[in-house]
Amino acid sequence: MDNSSEMHRRERRRYVIGYGGSLLLTLVVFGIAYLFGIEKRGVYLTIGLLGLAQLVVQLVYFLHIDRRRSSREDLDLILFSTLVLLIIIGGTVWILGNLAVRMHMHVM
Amino acid sequence: MKRAPSHSYPGINLGENHASADKATEVVTFGFWVFLMSDLVYFGLMFGVYITMIDAQAGGPGPHELFDLKSIFAQTMILLTSSLTVGLAMLALKYNLPRPRIVLWFGVTLVLGISFLVLEIRDFVNMAAQGGIPQRSGFLSAFYGLVPLHGLHVAAGCIWLIVLGIQLRMMGLTDLLMSRMVRLALFWHFLDLIWIGIITIVYFGGLAYG
Repeated sequence: MDNSSEMHRRERRRYVIGYGGSLLLTLVVFGIAYLFGIEKRGVYLTIGLLGLAQLVVQLVYFLHIDRRRSSREDLDLILFSTLVLLIIIGGTVWILGNLAVRMHMHVM
Repeated sequence: MKRAPSHSYPGINLGENHASADKATEVVTFGFWVFLMSDLVYFGLMFGVYITMIDAQAGGPGPHELFDLKSIFAQTMILLTSSLTVGLAMLALKYNLPRPRIVLWFGVTLVLGISFLVLEIRDFVNMAAQGGIPQRSGFLSAFYGLVPLHGLHVAAGCIWLIVLGIQLRMMGLTDLLMSRMVRLALFWHFLDLIWIGIITIVYFGGLAYG
């Protein structure tokens, strides 16, 4: 029982850390956008990177995906899906962006 | 497929207190992950369409006129907090806490989910009042293809929570029900991940490049 409540406390702390981290990243993202203006160079890049960081924080602390052996199949599945996503999104943006440039649509 | 005994399947699990339910949940949970990832690919397609459509505003209202960052911020906070409360519900389940505690955390999650939907629908109504309707431009079609799709998922999650509540009253805390709660928690966390993509790409990306 003691052992169980100790485990409980530890796991609950993980959730709270994940929540605190996500909260902090969200506040920073909105703060940066508010203070510097989203159009300024580098601001959007920073926001994008902070968004990625928050994805990782939530995957680790909420969904318990890590590099332990027991999580391995999940991690493989997520990594493969990410590869598919990158091909789909990257390919779409590349091809349509290229098309737009060739059509002189002044975009991207 | 060798696995450590304390985690019979990856990620969120029911633990040793519910050994029989934990074993039964192992395979279906992995299957549910496969569903989530195919759902992710679907969302990814919609994100890809949105990115290519950011400039296709056809003279209609764009991100600067339509997006209300204060409301987006509130929605982000609500959804993030609901991700925590669903996690706490899972822990209450896993460590055999009294049932009212489990119901409480799932209940808070449901209330937060519904609040999120109310704010989101209010945003859509405000957008529509300014002429931001799906058929106005390619940009708006892509927007309404993606963001309400996420909202629809949240609504499905809310219905799922209500159904689980009814089943809990009727059947008690059976292995089957616990296994369904695990999948609901995964689903809910997943929706928060998608939302991070939406604020980063749809809202901030739209404002930066639209």
